[in-house]
Amino acid sequence: MSQSEHIVLPEGSIEKLTTTLNLGPTHPATHGVFQNVLELDGERILSAVSTVGYIHRAFEKLAERRPLYQITPITDRLNYCSSPLNNMGWHLTCEKLLGVTTPKRVDYLRIIIMELSRISDHLICNSIVGVDSGAYSGFLYLMQFRELIYEIYEEVCGSRLTTNIGRIGGFERNFTNVAFEKLEQFLATYPKQLKEFETLFTRNRIFMDRTIGCGAITAERAMNYGFTGPNLRATGVDYDVRVHTPYSSYEDFDFKIPVGTTGDCYDRFLVRNEEMWESLSIINQAYKKVQEFKGTDAEVFHADVPAYYLPEKKDVYTKMEALIYHFKIIMGETDIPAGELYSSIEAANGELGFYIISDGGRTPYRLHFRRPCFIYYQAYPELTKGGMLSDAVITMSSLNLIAGELDA
Amino acid sequence: MTNETIQKKLTEKFGDALTDWQEPYGMLTFSATKDFNLKVLQFLFDDEFLSFRFLTDLQAVHYPDRTGEELAVVYHLHNLTDNVRIRFKVFLDIQNPSVFSATALYQSANFMERETYDFFGVNFVGHPNLIRILNVDEMDYFPMRKEFPLEDQSRVDKDDDMFGR
Repeated sequence: MSQSEHIVLPEGSIEKLTTTLNLGPTHPATHGVFQNVLELDGERILSAVSTVGYIHRAFEKLAERRPLYQITPITDRLNYCSSPLNNMGWHLTCEKLLGVTTPKRVDYLRIIIMELSRISDHLICNSIVGVDSGAYSGFLYLMQFRELIYEIYEEVCGSRLTTNIGRIGGFERNFTNVAFEKLEQFLATYPKQLKEFETLFTRNRIFMDRTIGCGAITAERAMNYGFTGPNLRATGVDYDVRVHTPYSSYEDFDFKIPVGTTGDCYDRFLVRNEEMWESLSIINQAYKKVQEFKGTDAEVFHADVPAYYLPEKKDVYTKMEALIYHFKIIMGETDIPAGELYSSIEAANGELGFYIISDGGRTPYRLHFRRPCFIYYQAYPELTKGGMLSDAVITMSSLNLIAGELDA
Repeated sequence: MTNETIQKKLTEKFGDALTDWQEPYGMLTFSATKDFNLKVLQFLFDDEFLSFRFLTDLQAVHYPDRTGEELAVVYHLHNLTDNVRIRFKVFLDIQNPSVFSATALYQSANFMERETYDFFGVNFVGHPNLIRILNVDEMDYFPMRKEFPLEDQSRVDKDDDMFGR
């Protein structure tokens, strides 16, 4: 029974029976800059009004003045927990627009990086769900493995969080032996730790009681709200861009799409965990395929796109043609072929789409990012309505809301 | 379901109201006038054969040179069962940029229409809460329109004849 039924306010009182609470914008439990104005009856949420845009950086406007290669660092800052996925999505879009086909080895190397970054995203999300439900140790167990993944990025591209990894046509340099050693080390140690993490959480009575039935949504509502990725799959819809519209040679791999049934926090947690196992299996398969390239084939790390792929520095200093291309690329003087294209990849949070219109100039005429976070965040008031305040916090972290992706 | 069958089905229903059929990079693209936008979306949603029930994306584009149809609202729709995508455009006059809201069909259109309003000033008739979303409420212009160039126009130290757009 509602508590407010027992309260009688004197006539003419301006007091109200409900409490207004600002959850955010800088609340530690929101893990990012979101504001939710909650109307509470006791501890039950009657309504939530979401405000977004606190870190809006006008990426779409910025992109209209930048040549293609300068837009890659912008995509880093969308979902900053899995920057390489955004980078690869952008490179794949550019390659599709320019009609570039990449060698198989590049595709497989990209898949290794993409799946590593999916794991790093999911492990943060799932361990944060644990933190928000009062179980801190899982977070500490998994976080050290994000460090290993970041070391692999560092070995490949030189940076860790906002990676700017890869180039149009392939990678900036070949993977070093150290990168492969670190990958092997990760593949050897991570499964054990993930197993331990699952032992801590999956059948933990307290965790189950906290998450089952919390923030649930039906498949039909989820699709109407534009959910994609693990959040949609947790409701039982097996939509995955990697399978529906394969890109970067995903069709060569054997993997499952885990689905849930109820679409609540617990199912989202299980789906993400299962996806990490699938990603591990994909990385293993891809690494095997990469090792099969021998001799000069093992030296291939980019496609032949001289107009967009920076030539090697020693060629720039000794060859006329390379110098010209170097100058034209750096100054952004290459015209992009006219056309319009929507291309999407399965990012960690769902379908990350790039809608690019080119009028034949040096920069895109219009570029729009379809950010999965921004679209499914609309469901938050519906997901939290009638629940407790602490459920709202878990729902937020299990949706994996990333402020960067929300605001663009 | 192929692009031809979709085009045939839509032409049967709407006749000449749908124009500008194209297939850039394999995605069926067509346009309609603004009176038809909700009718077309409703038909695409309800029809058993088409059933485009997933709104992937919604945004606008500004073409200052097209007199009378400066703004284009672009819908990307997806049929998840057959895995077919289409693109649907509605061109609007910038003096009166009103178009019917798709929120009754797709909940996901809510934020996307607010974003489009915020950046381009498209007025979505029937939207439950059409206010600015990413920019500050006090803003009195629509920043993604082409009349607002990115760089400060008062700058004199940079010669743009040689580099950049």
